[in-house]
Amino acid sequence: MSFVEYGDTIKDGDTAIVFLGHESMFPVKVQHGTVTQTKYGVIRHSTDLIGKKYGSKVTCSKGGWVFILHPTPELWTMNLPHRTQILYSTDISIITMMLELKPGSIVCESGTGSGSLSHALIRTVAPTGHLYTVEFHQQRAEKAREEFREHGVEHLVTVTNQDVCKNGFGVTNIADAVFLDIPSPWEAIGHAKSALKAEGGRICSFSPCIEQVQRTCLAMEEYGFTEINTLEILLRVYNVRTVSLQIPDLGKAAEDNSSTVFDSSSPSHQGSPCANLQQGTVQFKSGVPLREVVGHTGYLTFATKS
Amino acid sequence: KIIFEKQWFYLDNAIGHIYGTTFEVTSGGNLQPKQEVEETTTETKEAGTDNRNIVDDGKSQKLTHDDIKALKDKGIKGQEIVQQLIENSTTFRDKTEFAQDKYIKKKKKKYEAVITIVKPSTRILSTMYYAREPGKINHMRYDTLAQMLTLGNIHAGNKMIVMETCAGLVLGAVMERMGGYGSIIQMYPGGGPVRAATSCFGFPKPFFDNLHEFPLSKVQSLLSGTFSTETLPADPEENALLEEESNGLGEEKQNSLQETEEEPAPEAPMDINPAEEHDTMDINAEDVEFKENKEKENKESVREKQIKQWERRKKLKEAAALLREKNADGLIVASKFHPTPLLLSLLEFVAPSRPFVVYCQYKEPLLDCYTKLRERGGVINLKLSETWLRNYQVLPDRSHPKLTMSGGGGYLLSGITVLLEKGSPDPRNSEALKMEEPSSKRCKLQELPC
Repeated sequence: MSFVEYGDTIKDGDTAIVFLGHESMFPVKVQHGTVTQTKYGVIRHSTDLIGKKYGSKVTCSKGGWVFILHPTPELWTMNLPHRTQILYSTDISIITMMLELKPGSIVCESGTGSGSLSHALIRTVAPTGHLYTVEFHQQRAEKAREEFREHGVEHLVTVTNQDVCKNGFGVTNIADAVFLDIPSPWEAIGHAKSALKAEGGRICSFSPCIEQVQRTCLAMEEYGFTEINTLEILLRVYNVRTVSLQIPDLGKAAEDNSSTVFDSSSPSHQGSPCANLQQGTVQFKSGVPLREVVGHTGYLTFATKS
Repeated sequence: KIIFEKQWFYLDNAIGHIYGTTFEVTSGGNLQPKQEVEETTTETKEAGTDNRNIVDDGKSQKLTHDDIKALKDKGIKGQEIVQQLIENSTTFRDKTEFAQDKYIKKKKKKYEAVITIVKPSTRILSTMYYAREPGKINHMRYDTLAQMLTLGNIHAGNKMIVMETCAGLVLGAVMERMGGYGSIIQMYPGGGPVRAATSCFGFPKPFFDNLHEFPLSKVQSLLSGTFSTETLPADPEENALLEEESNGLGEEKQNSLQETEEEPAPEAPMDINPAEEHDTMDINAEDVEFKENKEKENKESVREKQIKQWERRKKLKEAAALLREKNADGLIVASKFHPTPLLLSLLEFVAPSRPFVVYCQYKEPLLDCYTKLRERGGVINLKLSETWLRNYQVLPDRSHPKLTMSGGGGYLLSGITVLLEKGSPDPRNSEALKMEEPSSKRCKLQELPC
């Protein structure tokens, strides 16, 4: 296993994702002789995991079972130990596309934080690209290095422990793209410009507050960036439910109701709710928005150096 | 010679410049102006504070239509025309600074025709298609495409299955993310895959070495083990015309039954110039020409056809072999067809613990798909989602959201495959199943392209 290459079977030293169902999962480091406790009982790595296929059902000691999944940056994002506020896959997706990242891209990032975005960037630029990530907090930088080693991607990433606003990215004229997620990104725009290739590249800055965005946009303009564009992306997740609504009793016979009120859905009419008349109710499938959703993560400002 | 935004020009002058260079259009050619345009300095920085005294009498602009036309015909620079308009606007000085800015911007847009030439990428092409040809890509907004690439964990080295009817845009996006490493099997309906958008990316030749295609109509036979390459799918003419993407090479697209041999389907338009505008051809005229040329060509190209057909069979066999391994690293579906039957069949070819993503312009088919997948089992972490995108205007003291784009960007159903155990359905899913309606009353599926 590696975060940049699929493997079929679980091996000693792999990071695997234990899926308990219903969005509940956790990462586990596979090691001979180790046991992991779950609510369904114990998993013994040597016998239950090593050598098994990723995606198999593993029966725990209490008879319950879990699925073991191959790690991906997206699963890691949902399970990683938070050392900072992290970026989630919705933002990561648009960042990756708008920065035009692909295998071979050289990317600069700051701060590394918990490494949520870093893993996704490394996945996308592998096998020939590289990520230069800068983190001013020493322990966080160390922890990130350790994780990249464990996940088999250390050859694709360089972690530098310095202040990007003062000292920049430690590289010049080699990057295709720069990503900033720091409190004062406007102070790093100059460094970003010098890190980008002479022939140009893309930049993105993530900020929760509009005032930060304004200062960043001004700085970008000052340094001659073009195509400056700020956007925000929001995810809406839907629960799939079958809803039944009661038909009001208006004193008519039931058959009358069905023929006058409802245009019973013809099978050719795809995707229409199935009107099911049972005991005075109508049933249909619905995508119901969750009760609480994320309303704002941050603004993403993109620009081009050309 | 190409036409763009009511301007026509020749591209010859642009060659040799770096991507991102901005050009100004002269009468018919390209000039290369400086990157940094000198800001038109409005020496008199006079401005009003509000619009209490500005009356719209329609007489504020002292230049008439004819005057402006005369200026244009003289070939005067757009910049100067804008300056003239400002000087001849009686109300300009009374406008607030912001309104002046806005006025200048609007006029610049109209009179200063500048064109920037950029390198093709998923970002550019998906934005362009959504703005210009949303119908061809099933109204998939670019942020939705971005989600698909991430949710599908598309990266170098994958073996991907892609089923799309988005003019080849999704295929191109996947190819860009894989950078020529790994392999892609494109499932196609009808006579051949459409790759008009794919050709706009300008991928190097090696990227196509591991791009395979397989006809959807053969999937069932492949799954049941009765597949043979003896009968290739015919290429009904109307299919190609429906797509409007026909490449117009001298390929016969007649599906006449008198023919003793099967016609080869046209190759994807990779070797012709990627034209972004597809002109709808005059079908009838074409038809007549076809018939005349047919007899000549038939004699000449029988051998050529046999070679082509043999090559196609070989490619088909390769694709079939790859699918038979049933170890694909992911599945991407974005088509005009109902997603449920596609998914139920194509997931068979995907290895366990791999992500899959289905796009649909509408939510309802995905609701059905969700239910059917739950019944089938072998999938976990199913998620039905949609993204909203909001663009912002960010200017000093004038920052606000631009326009909300919600709905119309399509929906996604994503999940992860797991080993499918023959036997009882997942008991932990029983709760979900209970919420579905009784099976006796379930809607019948009809595999109709909507």
